[in-house]
Amino acid sequence: MIQLELLEANKMSVVLEAKHINKYFKKPVLFHVLKDINFQIRQGEFTSIMGKSGCGKSTLLYILSTMDTDYEGELFLNQKLVTNETREYLSYLRNKHIGFVFQFHYLLSEFSVLENVMLPAKKLGEKTLQEIEHDAMNKLKILNIDHLAKKRASRVSGGEKQRVAIARALINNPSIIMGDEPTGNLDSYNSENVFNIFKQLSEEQGLSLLVVTHDEDFANKTDRIIQMGDGKIIS
Amino acid sequence: MINWKVILNIAKTHLLTKIKQTSTAALGVTFGIGSYITLVCFMTGLNMMLDDLILNQTPHVHIYNEIEPSKKQPISLYDDVKSSFNVVHSIKPKLSQKKIHNALPIISYLEKDVNVRGALPQIKTQIFYIAGSIEIGGNLTGINPIDEARLFNMEDYIVEGSAEALHNSDNGILLGIGIAKKMSLNVGDRIQISPINGGIFSLKIVGFYQSGIADLDAIQSFTNIKTVQRVLGEAKNYITDINVKLYDIDQAIPLSKKIEQQFKLKAIDIKTANAQFETGTTIRNLITYAVSVTLLIVAGFGIYNILNMLIYEKMNDIAILKATGFSGKDVQLIFMSQAMIIGFVGGVLGLLIGFGLASLIGTIPFQTEALPTVATYPINMNPLFFVIGFSFAMLSTFLAGYLPSKKAKKIDPVRIIRGQ
Repeated sequence: MIQLELLEANKMSVVLEAKHINKYFKKPVLFHVLKDINFQIRQGEFTSIMGKSGCGKSTLLYILSTMDTDYEGELFLNQKLVTNETREYLSYLRNKHIGFVFQFHYLLSEFSVLENVMLPAKKLGEKTLQEIEHDAMNKLKILNIDHLAKKRASRVSGGEKQRVAIARALINNPSIIMGDEPTGNLDSYNSENVFNIFKQLSEEQGLSLLVVTHDEDFANKTDRIIQMGDGKIIS
Repeated sequence: MINWKVILNIAKTHLLTKIKQTSTAALGVTFGIGSYITLVCFMTGLNMMLDDLILNQTPHVHIYNEIEPSKKQPISLYDDVKSSFNVVHSIKPKLSQKKIHNALPIISYLEKDVNVRGALPQIKTQIFYIAGSIEIGGNLTGINPIDEARLFNMEDYIVEGSAEALHNSDNGILLGIGIAKKMSLNVGDRIQISPINGGIFSLKIVGFYQSGIADLDAIQSFTNIKTVQRVLGEAKNYITDINVKLYDIDQAIPLSKKIEQQFKLKAIDIKTANAQFETGTTIRNLITYAVSVTLLIVAGFGIYNILNMLIYEKMNDIAILKATGFSGKDVQLIFMSQAMIIGFVGGVLGLLIGFGLASLIGTIPFQTEALPTVATYPINMNPLFFVIGFSFAMLSTFLAGYLPSKKAKKIDPVRIIRGQ
């Protein structure tokens, strides 16, 4: 009985699960990019995906992010099957449950830092504007960039931009944060900084993180490394 | 689930940060709509003035006795040659009286018709204006001046004197301005006229008549019906023409047909009499609309271009919006609302500019011999033009925004993000 409950609890804590994921590129020639990918991410787990260029790790990340829907297999987010859902619903899921941090910071350059952070929450529309603004300021405080709130996004430095992007990823309290080389464009000081922020989030707030990286130092410090090669998970 | 506030906020920020491009696009619409309004107000104003020039003075149905050959020649009444083929040479028109038989009962019959605003008797006759030994041919028409002024805007064409003055004078004449000039006559002078069957009558000039058609003004004069009857030596029931004005001009054709059948008179409706006029109006309207639509289409292409460029510039923004949970439809709405805002602002400005320009044209003096009653350029400010102009602005910006925004909707964020 206790075991069953444990099993249940264990199952509950799986945030993201991929089952038999296959992906083909049809152009310029038919190419089997991802070959039968199976894995799970649990709550609070800080996972990195490593592998050589072209092994399909970014492709996998974008499938897991629900942005790429052209694949075979099944994808579960919070134990719910999301494969073959409508694009509208997937947009909603991304908005609510997934936070993104990219290699290039991708802020809306014409908006202020605060507005950039608030935008996904405004889209979700579950809170009032005051609450959203309060939350956004909180996230900026956690990342020590609250003094930049009113600045235009195009006027802050690269390291700061990446932190703004992280704050934006956090605004809707997502189930998982995904990063595509989030430190790839930063110097070692800022990389260290970003890593520490991620680590802190995963330890203190029990946030799941899935980060594609080339940076071996970065990967070695994470809880778990998924090594990929030729479209397969090696370890 | 569409969050309009967020979408409009993004659209607004895009537009305001690219204020130069935005204003260029909006100005395109402004000029398109502005010139449409100006053009259409001015052109239809002119059209209406030209139409009125003819239509105001023209009866909707004109009834008279036509001199024409008999439809049935006497030979066809002759039974013996019924089965043979008859050729009649040198057909002469039938001698018939000019006057309308039983004119007064016909007039009172027509006045009772619900469609008829008024049926006015007239007597048309040829006369000579006599100045010493010179005789100038002309037309004298006997009218009821007060009724003519009421139904056919007669007062607009009386440049001196009034219809009232003619009505009150027993032997007054309203002289065509052309004749007055030829004979150096002024109001208050007397003029001698002679009907074709002889005799000389002296009439007092109570006013001048100017229709704007020079040929007509050189021959045409008016006087009271009674005066003409006296000049011609005819009885009080001598009426040669009946002019009918209707409430609805479209009733003219059926009524004229009915009158022809019922009274065996010639009845000409306004559409038959002025067919070439309608053609002119239609073609002028066609040109106005062709020019306006061209202007608006050019403006539409301007918007299309600018939105297309904007979308290329905002590729990254679109990708990030989609990655953070905005659906394709949201992105499309962002760009659509930008197009519609440009269209709305440009359209409203265009209406204002069009209104201003049209009003300005309306104050420019425009005086010509041909049009005695017109002092400034005629402008027709029909609210319908403003509605059409605004709807067209919205429609063209909608179409111009639709294609680029559809493209934005379809952009695959993965390709943009990975492409960097």
